[in-house]
Order: sequence, then structure tokens, then C-alpha cells
Amino acid sequence: MKASDILALQNEPACSHNKEEKSGCARPKPGATAGGCTFDGAQIALLPIADVAHIVHGPIGCSGNSWDNRGTRSSGPALYRIGMTTDLTEQDVIMGRGEKRLFHAIKQAIDEYAPAAVFVYATCVTAVIGDDLEAVCKAAEARWGVPVVPVDCAGFYGTKNMGNRIAGETMLRHVIGTREPAPAPSLPGIQVHDISLIGEYNIAGEFWNVAPLFDELGLRVLASLSGDARYHEIQTMHRAQANMVVCAKALLNVARKLNERWGIPYFEGSFYGVADTSQALRDFARLLGDADLSARTEALIAREEAKVSAALQPWRERLTGKRVLLYTGGVKSWSIVSALQDLGMEVVATGTKKSTAEDKARIRDLMGDDAIMIDDGSPKALLGAYKDLSADILIAGGRNLYTALKARIPFLDINQEREFGYAGYSGMQELARQLALTMENPVWQAVRSPAPWAQSKLAGMPVGA
Amino acid sequence: MSEIIKRSKPLAVNPLKASSTLGASLAFLGLRRAIPMMHGSQGCTAFGKVFFVRHFREPVPLQTTAMDQIATVMSSDENVIEGLKTICEKSKPDVIGLPTTGLSETQGTDIQRLVREFRSQYPQFDHVAVVPVNTPDFSGSLESGFALALEAIINTLVPETRHVGRRRRQVNVLASAALTPGDLEVLRDWCEAFGLRPVLLPDIGDSLDGHLIDAEYTPLTLGGTPRDEIAAMGESIATLVIGASLNRAADALHARTGVPDYRFDHLMGLEACDQFTQALATISNTVVPARIERYRAQLQDAMVDSHFMTGFLRVALAAEPDLLAGMSALFTGMGGEVVAAVTPISAESLKRLPCAKVHIGDLQDLEHAAAEGNAQMLVGSSHAVQSAERLGLPLLRAGFPLYDRVGGFARAWVGYRASRQALFDIANLVLEQHHDIPAYRSVFWSGGPRDHEASLPASPRVTGLVRH
Repeated sequence: MKASDILALQNEPACSHNKEEKSGCARPKPGATAGGCTFDGAQIALLPIADVAHIVHGPIGCSGNSWDNRGTRSSGPALYRIGMTTDLTEQDVIMGRGEKRLFHAIKQAIDEYAPAAVFVYATCVTAVIGDDLEAVCKAAEARWGVPVVPVDCAGFYGTKNMGNRIAGETMLRHVIGTREPAPAPSLPGIQVHDISLIGEYNIAGEFWNVAPLFDELGLRVLASLSGDARYHEIQTMHRAQANMVVCAKALLNVARKLNERWGIPYFEGSFYGVADTSQALRDFARLLGDADLSARTEALIAREEAKVSAALQPWRERLTGKRVLLYTGGVKSWSIVSALQDLGMEVVATGTKKSTAEDKARIRDLMGDDAIMIDDGSPKALLGAYKDLSADILIAGGRNLYTALKARIPFLDINQEREFGYAGYSGMQELARQLALTMENPVWQAVRSPAPWAQSKLAGMPVGA
Repeated sequence: MSEIIKRSKPLAVNPLKASSTLGASLAFLGLRRAIPMMHGSQGCTAFGKVFFVRHFREPVPLQTTAMDQIATVMSSDENVIEGLKTICEKSKPDVIGLPTTGLSETQGTDIQRLVREFRSQYPQFDHVAVVPVNTPDFSGSLESGFALALEAIINTLVPETRHVGRRRRQVNVLASAALTPGDLEVLRDWCEAFGLRPVLLPDIGDSLDGHLIDAEYTPLTLGGTPRDEIAAMGESIATLVIGASLNRAADALHARTGVPDYRFDHLMGLEACDQFTQALATISNTVVPARIERYRAQLQDAMVDSHFMTGFLRVALAAEPDLLAGMSALFTGMGGEVVAAVTPISAESLKRLPCAKVHIGDLQDLEHAAAEGNAQMLVGSSHAVQSAERLGLPLLRAGFPLYDRVGGFARAWVGYRASRQALFDIANLVLEQHHDIPAYRSVFWSGGPRDHEASLPASPRVTGLVRH
């Protein structure tokens, strides 16, 4: 990828970060950097497309160290779970045999797995040695008649965020708009609308908490980029009548370009929390401009909110007043806040490292003007904040899980490797259960108490105590 | 003598291999107050971190030189020097491991020179040991990268001396990547039972065993081999080497110190355990303690109890060469047959395996070979779960990574007691798979009283072989 292309990708006019100085684009600091690479980000965004053969073109590190480690779920094909890589050897790299190996690898994947399409991911090494991914994919597609899509996402291009964006750009360039959708089956007395979701990855199957509501409202999810998606659905994404960007600034480029090219309106929303789930449904009705849909949406919201409110009542009694230290990136910094407030919990601080000015404004709306925002996500800083703010639980990504446990503090994982789905109204019950499960557990007391023979020693005092 | 079948297909499907960079990092994670810094893009480290965190369920210190586009094209030399300086300042480690990756090696980094430059630029950090090692992803695997790092640790941290036996009860134990934290604990106890004081290198049994510490947080390893102990390895009376992958590292230690060594391909099953016990008795010049005799007798008892389930058992193994050696010895020593063996890289030791063929390959190769060999059981990491499901076979989990079980990382495999537990588990997996002969229903029963009997499940599971 050319440097100018990368710069162009960093400039996203629809993103509210973009109005500010680009502090997010500072070079990573050697010896003090955390987080994934562009290849990682591209995989996160595209791997959930379940009927595609995902081939990683590079030496073993990229695929061998990471395959089958994501929480996304499919309702049908499991091809996405098969790890595929060209596993380049030293000889391949030195002798320039990478392209040839890739060409035959694509054939092998097609012969053995009959995929709907093949996605080929570039990695650092194949980008450095100059393998022409685009040409190989084109030749393979022509030879074998199966779509072969190059994803130019070498790790050193930048962060995961950049990888998400490249993934979106690749879908716009090679996949979206290459097929027309079948007409939606009609539902009695209901006007069916086609919608798409962007940035929803069906982690732990959580979108299935929400999907029945869309069915009931007559909203057909034409395509999701990319939770539980199929290749042929992504192809038809340009025919959606409204798009929702779910918790992901990084894929705004897709929503914006679908809007520019095909006039599809979009909104940014979240399925975390009762209020946000309801708002997302309302926003669809609003964008689709269907009065009947609006009325049915309001009725559904009233019914679901009453139901979940009753179901959450016993949990609310147990969780009210508990203090949460939240450390997540970007949109989740506020969307989870409202979910926790729905449970009567107090969010004492939230991470805003990846949040935009707009995100921060929403946080202030939710948490008040003196909301504490944390930019430093280092384990030391988080544990310090936990102690200073007398928090009862840390909610963060999986990276911080064992940091919290080593410090003997309750933890809830909300990242992409997690095992539980929290989206939608019913997801709130799971969220409440998991929160109570960790906070109320007797293990904390047990591991914080010193051994009987070491009473003088303050071993293992909790940071929050 | 087994035939080694090389990789012949262009695509690796469901890789068995993890990268050599990762293996090198693991070796450094077994040193006290240490942190590895991979020289590559930040993703190399992020993936490695997730890999180890999921396996060990521990925070894992791992840093990166964070090569970006500009560094990749222009030069990443400054990244290495700046990264070393940053870690020295921030975390004050005893040791920084510096493995390279496919990216930095393709770029052509000279990691040894960069460490020398760091030394001349920042003499104030001379007390921090830096151990560079060349481990490109496109060469070797986790096990071989681990072995290369161990060799580099020895060459960097063990001085050339001739003081063999100055510490009269001290033995060195070089432990390969096939050994778990639980295995290292076994090795420590085993040596100590003979009155010996082992220096385990590296000691992930001390750093990655999973224990809560008083400090809430440390950016470095929570334990591991102390640097001064490594420096004194030349004063030991003997070196015990576990795993054929460590042969070169053992040669290096021997050349630097002259300490005589005893080498073992693995320590699984009665025969290997006996050889190790005999070596300890010889080195320590003491009789075998009664406790060890009892463990041995217990293993023998377990062998006769479980041989009904393991005899003729057709097993398919997917593991790195050292673990493969141990597993195949364990099964064949119990009358089983290794019908498929797949390993990610070639190694000299593979020729000695007690099976007809060894495939250099991936888990797709395992599935094919297991089906062809009519295997009854698989041995592999959590990555092999999907394969086991497709084949409808039980899976004995071993190797890297283990992420779908709590505590898989801690399980011991070496020694009498762990071998005994492995036999129990293998036998139980077989019992759970046992199918009775399906009940036959005679045509003459039609219309009679038996016609209305509720039929039993087709193949009820039995709980033991003793029938009443």
C-alpha cells in the first residue's frame, strides 16, 4: 500500500476525531506500546464472514499464533474458524516463491473447502518482499472462478483501527455492490425494510439477542459487516435502506461511502444497555420514515423495556450503589455507562483514550460535569485509579483481566474474546448476572485475608481496601 | 526408525506451528525480573501476548520495538535502541530478551550490532543483561525458538569457567519448551529428593505457575531463574538436559563450563523415569529414596491396571518434536500404537520415534493421517478440538496452546506420578468411548411379551471393565 493511501485512510471526514489535531496518529513508542496491528484489525473486521476461506499470506507468526482466538459466532458455516496460511519458509522469502505458493494455496482452499470466496491477507513480510497480492488474486479468480479478494493489511501500516478501516475499504472496493439481493419475503400487513449493520461482530452470539426484534419489526438485516455474515450478503449491502454503525468509529468510512454512493442514511448507535437498544430501534424507524414502523417500534420498546425492567429489578437491588471503574475504548466508553446506570450502578471513571470529543460530551451528559476520564490505560494507572476512587469492580478488555485478578479485584471482560453476550434487552440480564457473580463472590475475602500464621504481615491487602 | 514426510502442500490448514519468536519469548519468561521485547511490528507482540495470556491465564510481560511503516522502509535500528532504553528506565529489569521476527529479519536487522550500539550509547544500563536472538517466524517453531533463546541465554549469561563441582550439591537442569510449569516443579522435587540443589533453566515453574503475589503489579516476570544463579551454573557438578531440542544449548553450556551432562529426550513413562532416577542416584552418590521407590511402584501398578485400555490403542499425535517423543514413548510403552504423528518442524530426534512415519505438517494432516490409521484417540493442543470433533475421537490435551481448559498449563507430565496420572486419564478416555455389542432382538420375539419391552439405548456406556 502506498504511503499516500494510508494517509488518505487516516482522514475520515465523517469521524469526529478528524476535526481535532491528529494526536491519535503519533508513532508508537518502542518498548512502551500495547495493542494489535493493522493485520489484526483487518482480521477482526472480516473474519466473522463465515463462509469465506481466510488465507493469511505470510510466515507462521501471523496466523499460527492467532488463529481461532476470536469470540465471533456463526449460525451456519464454520469455515472462518479454519486457520489457513501460506506459512512461508525462509527459502520462500529468499527465493521469492511467495506469490507462487499463494496462487496454489488459493487453489487448495477452493478445492478442499468450496468457499463462497477467498480473502487473502497481506502481512508484514509479504509486503516487504513486494508480493503482488492484487495480481495473484486476480489471476486466481480468473482461473478458478471464485471471488478472490486481496486485503492489503501489513501489520506495520499501523494500529488495529487502521486495519478495520482497510477491511471496510476492501469490501467497498471489491465486494459491496457486486450482486443484487433477492426480494424480501413479504410479511402479512407489514412493510419490510432492508437494513445493514456495520461494525457488529456477534461476539459470543450477542447479536442473536437483538435479531428477533428486527424480524418482528419487519427489518431484514440484508448484511452485517460482519457478525454471522455470508459473502453473498455483503455483496448486496448497497441496497440497504438504512445503516447502523455499531460501536465502531473505525468503519465509519463504509457508512459514509455507502451514503455518498448509494444515498443510504446511517446513524451511530449501540446495543449495550436498555436505553441505547431502544434508541437504535427508534433511529432505524426514523431513518426509514415509516409511520407504521415507528408506531410498532414504540410498542415493542414499551413491551421489552417493561419486561427487562421487571427482570432486572432483583439484580438492581443487589447492584445499586456499586462503584465501577470502566476502561474501554471509544464508543463503548459511553454506551456501557448507560447500561451500568440502568442497573443503578455508579460509574466512577471511564477510559477515554480512544474516545472523540463527541464521545466525551456524551460521557459528561451521562455522568455529570465532574466525570473522571482516564487516558492512561497502563495496569499501574488503572489499579491506582481503582484504589483512589474506591471502586468495587473493574470493567475492561481481556488484556487487563489478569492484571485485575493478580491485584485481587473483581473484573468483567467486555472485549472481543469474551464468552458472554451483553447486547440487547436480554443481554442486560446476563450483564447483571456476571457483575453480581464476580462482585459477590466469597473468593475475594478469602484471597485478601492473610494466612493465620502471618497476621502481622499485610500480605495481599486489596488495593481497594 | 521412522520415515519423515515433508510438507508438500502450499497451504497450511489449521496450523500446528507457533512461531519461533514466541518460543524465544517463552524462554525469557522463565528468567527472574525479565521481559522479552520482540523486534517487529506491534502486532507480533500483541498476538504473542494473547497467546500466552490465554494459555497461562496470567499477565505476561512482553514488549515490542513497534516497527511502523517508516521504520520498516528506512531503518528500525533506532527502535531497538530506544526500546531497550525505555524498558531499562521504566521497569529496571535484570534481563531483557530480544528476539527478532520475520519482519525485522526480512529487513536485515543485525541485532547483535544493535545491542553493542546500545551498550556504547547507554553505559548507565550496563547492569541490565540484554540477550539478542535471531528467531524469524519463517524458520523453526515455538520449540526451536525456545531452544535458540536458551542457547543465547547461556552464551550471554554463563561465563566461561572451569569450576566444575565448586558447588558440590548443585545440578543444572535445562528444560525444553515441552515442559510445563508443573513439570518444572516435579523436576525440582525429584532433584531435591536426592539432596541436590537444582538450577532450572529456564524456570517457568517459578514464573508462570500461577500464584498470587503481595505486590499488586509488576511489569516484569513474577519469578524464574535468577541471573546470578545462571552465572554460577559453571560451578555445578552435573547438567541434566530434558528434551532433544536443547542439544545445541547443552553443547554450549558444556563448552563454556566443562560441567558433564546427562541428556534425556523426555521423561514420560517408566523407562525414561528410571533412567533419570538412576542418573540422579549416580550424580548424588546416594541410594534412591524410599519415596521415589513408592512412586515407581505406583506407576507400575497403574500400568498393569490400565494396560487393558491402552493395549493396541491406536493413537494420533500432534505435537512439537520433544513432546512427541515423550507421548509416543508413553503410549508404545503401554502396548499402544502411534498410527499418526504430526509435528510442525523437522528435527533429528524424529528419526528415533517408535512409529512408521512422521508428517511435518498441520492439523489437517493430522486429521487425514488419523482417519487413515483408524485412530481411536488424539493428542494435541486446544487447536485440535475441532479436529477431534470432526473425527469423533476423544482428545488428550497437551502442548501449546491450551485455552479451553482451566489449569491445562499447570499439569505435569514428567516423572512417575505424572506418568501415572496420564495413564489414568488415557484409560478413562478409552472407557468413555467403549461401546458394548448392540443388543440383538430376535425375530421370534415379535408378538410375544418381549415385543413391548422398551429397547435399551443402542450402545450404553460402561463405567469399567469389571462386569458382575
